[in-house]
Amino acid sequence: MVPLWMFLTVGAILFAIGLFGVLARRNAVAILMSVELMLNAVNINLVAFWRFQTVDTMMGQAFAAFVFVVAAAETAVGLALIVAIYRRRQSVAVEDVNLLKW
Amino acid sequence: MIQMPTLESLNFGVAFPALSLVIGAVLLLVVDVFLPERRKGLVPWLALLGVLVSLAVSMINYNEVGEAFSGMFIADPFTSLVNIIVLISAALSILLAMDYLRRTEMEHRSDYYLLLLFTTSGMLFMGAANDLIVVFVALELLSIPLYVLSGFRRPNLKSEEAALKYFLLGAFASGFLVFGIAMIYGATGTTNLPGVWAGTAAIVESASPSLYLLLLGVGLIVVSLGFKVAAVPFHMWTPDVYEGAPTPVTAFMSVGTKAGSFAALLRILVVGLPTLILTGATSAAWANTLAILAALTMILGNFVALRQMNIKRMLAYSSIAHAGYILMAVAAAGDPAVGNQGVQAALIYLLTYAFTNLGAFAIVIALERNDGTGGQLDDFRGLASQRPVLALLMTFFMLSLTGIPLTAGFIGKWYVFLSAINAGLVLLAVIGAVTSVVAAFYYIRIIVRMYLQEGDANIGTSRLSYTLGAAILVAGLGTLIFGVLPFLVADLTQGVQIVRTIAQIAGGG
Amino acid sequence: MDLMDLNEWAFIGVFLVIAALLPIVPIAMGRLLGPRKPNPVKTDTYECGIETVGDTWIQFKIQYYIFALVFLAFDVEAVFLFPWAVAYGGLGFFAFVEILIFLALLSLALIYVWRKGALKWT
Repeated sequence: MVPLWMFLTVGAILFAIGLFGVLARRNAVAILMSVELMLNAVNINLVAFWRFQTVDTMMGQAFAAFVFVVAAAETAVGLALIVAIYRRRQSVAVEDVNLLKW
Repeated sequence: MIQMPTLESLNFGVAFPALSLVIGAVLLLVVDVFLPERRKGLVPWLALLGVLVSLAVSMINYNEVGEAFSGMFIADPFTSLVNIIVLISAALSILLAMDYLRRTEMEHRSDYYLLLLFTTSGMLFMGAANDLIVVFVALELLSIPLYVLSGFRRPNLKSEEAALKYFLLGAFASGFLVFGIAMIYGATGTTNLPGVWAGTAAIVESASPSLYLLLLGVGLIVVSLGFKVAAVPFHMWTPDVYEGAPTPVTAFMSVGTKAGSFAALLRILVVGLPTLILTGATSAAWANTLAILAALTMILGNFVALRQMNIKRMLAYSSIAHAGYILMAVAAAGDPAVGNQGVQAALIYLLTYAFTNLGAFAIVIALERNDGTGGQLDDFRGLASQRPVLALLMTFFMLSLTGIPLTAGFIGKWYVFLSAINAGLVLLAVIGAVTSVVAAFYYIRIIVRMYLQEGDANIGTSRLSYTLGAAILVAGLGTLIFGVLPFLVADLTQGVQIVRTIAQIAGGG
Repeated sequence: MDLMDLNEWAFIGVFLVIAALLPIVPIAMGRLLGPRKPNPVKTDTYECGIETVGDTWIQFKIQYYIFALVFLAFDVEAVFLFPWAVAYGGLGFFAFVEILIFLALLSLALIYVWRKGALKWT
C-alpha cells in the first residue's frame, strides 16, 4: 500500500503551490483558485490521516466534507465581490485596487 | 461504526443562547422578504430583540456547565462570558447601524441586520467550540457575512476594496487554520479538544515523532487566528479594511471578531494543548511564540498609530495594539500555574475593550458626514465648545483606551499585567507598560484638539438620534461601571476555569 | 498476487490500450492517407452557425451570475445528502428528522432567493 508520508507530501506540495499562487498572482480570481488549492491539499491530508489512523471513526471524512462545503460558500461570496468590483473598474488585478494605502 | 447521537447527548438546552440566535436569524431571513417595503423598519428591532433574548439567557444561565451535540459544543462560564461580550457588541452595533444606515440612505437594505446576526452567531459558536471542526465552521460563519458587510456601502469604491482585501486575506488565513487542524488531527487522531488534550499528553510523554506534527499544527493555527485578531506581523489588512468598511461594521469587527477569535484561540491552546511542554521548559511551547507576537504587536501598533491622521485608521492601529495586550494574557496562560488567570485576564480585557471601543466608534459615527468624510483628526478641533457632552464622553473613552485609573481600560490592563508578571513574563509586561505610555500620546492628541484648538467641528448629525444616543450611553455606562467597581469583573470571571486537570480527564469530564 | 488478480489488472490494461488507440488510429490514418489541398475556407476555424460579430468579451446578463452562485451553493449542499443516503439503513428515525431539518433550512434559503427575485430571468 502507498505509505502515509507520500499522501502527506502530495498534500504539502499542493499547499505550497497554493501558497505561492496567493502570494505571486495578481489576478483576484487566480488568488481565489490558489486558496481552493490550499483547502484541497488539506482535504488530502485529512482523508489520508483518516484512512491510516482512525478508520473506525468518521471524523476525518466528515471534516473533509465540511471543508469543501465551506470552501464553496466562500467562493460564492468571493466571486460575487470580484464581479461587483470588475463591473466598476474593468479590472480584477489586485494592484489596481489601491485606493486605501497600506 | 456509526454511532447515532441520542436526544440526551444532543442536549439542546445548554446551547440555547447560540441556537436561539441562529434560529432567530434564519426566521428573520424569511420574515424580511415577506415584509412590505414600508415595514422594513421593523427588522432592526427584531434583530435587536433576538440578540437581547440570547443575552438574557446567557446571563441567567451564566454558571451552567454542560456539553451539547455529542461533545462538540460546551457551555460553561467561559462560553457565557464570551457570549455576553459578543452580544453586547452586537446590540450596540445594531443601534449604531440604525443611525448610520438612515443617514447614508441605505435604510431599506435590511439584509444588513441578517448578516450581522449570522456573524454574531459564528462568534458565539467560536466561544463554545469543544471540537476543532466547530472552530473551523464557526470561524467561517463569522467571516463570510463580515466580508459582505465590509463591502456593504456599495457602490462606494473604498468599501468594495476593503471587502476584497478582507476576503482574500481571510480566505488565505482559513487555509492555514484547516491545515493546522489537519496536522493536530493527524497527530492525536481526534478533533475533540479533550481528546486532543489527552493525545498531546501521551505524545509529549513518549516523545514520538507526532510531536512535530503538533508543533506545525499549533504554528499554523496561531498564524491564522493571528490574522483574525490582527496581530503583527499578520495585521496588514487591518487599517485598510477598518477605514474602508462602513463605520458600524468596523466598530463591530474591532470588538466582536477579536472576542470570537481570542475565544477560539484560548479554547484550542488552553483546553486542547496546555500540555505541549517541551523537555526542560516550564510553560507550553506556544507561549514563547505568543509572547514575541504580543511584544511586536504592542510596539508596532502603538508607534504606527502615532502617525495616523484619520480617526478610523488610528483606531485600527490602536485595535492592533490592544490585540497585543490580550496576546500577552494568552501567552501568560501558557504557564500551567497561571493558566486560568491568564484566560480570565484576556476575557476581562475583551469585556472592557468592547464597551470603550464601541463608545469611541459611536462618537466617530456621530461626527462622520453622510458622504463619509469628517473622519480626520483635525475635524475634532473645537468640538468641546460646540458639543460639550460628546467631547466629554470622547475624552472619557480615550482615557479608558489609554488605561487611566477609574476607567474600564485600566482594569483590563491591570489584570493582563498581573497575569504576565505571575507567569514570569516581566520583560513583556515592561514593554506593555512603556508602549501604554506611547499610546497616551495619540489618545491625548484628540483630547487636545477638542479642548485646546479652535475650529469648527462640522459634525455629521445636527442632533443625535435616539439609537445613537442610547448606544453611546450604554457604552459610557459600561466603561464607567467596570472602571469604578472593579470587583464586578472579578466576580464575573472567577468561575472561568477552563484548564483541564488530570482528575477531570480520569473522571470522564 | 496470484494469477487471477493479475488477469483482472490485465483486463484494465488492455482496455486502456484500446481506449488510447481508438482516437489515435483514425487521426493518424487521416494524416497519412488523406490528400492535402488547403484553401482559405478550409483552413478557417470550424464554427457552427453564423460568424461572430464584435468582441466576445461582452457583458453577460447579471442574472447569469446570480443563477450560477445560487446553483453553486445548493449543489454543494448535496454533499451532505450523499453520506446520509449511504448510511441511511443503519441510522433510523433520528437521522430522518435531522435531514428534514437540514432540508427545511435549505428551503428557507430557496424562499429567500425566490422572494428577492433572483429566479426571474427578465
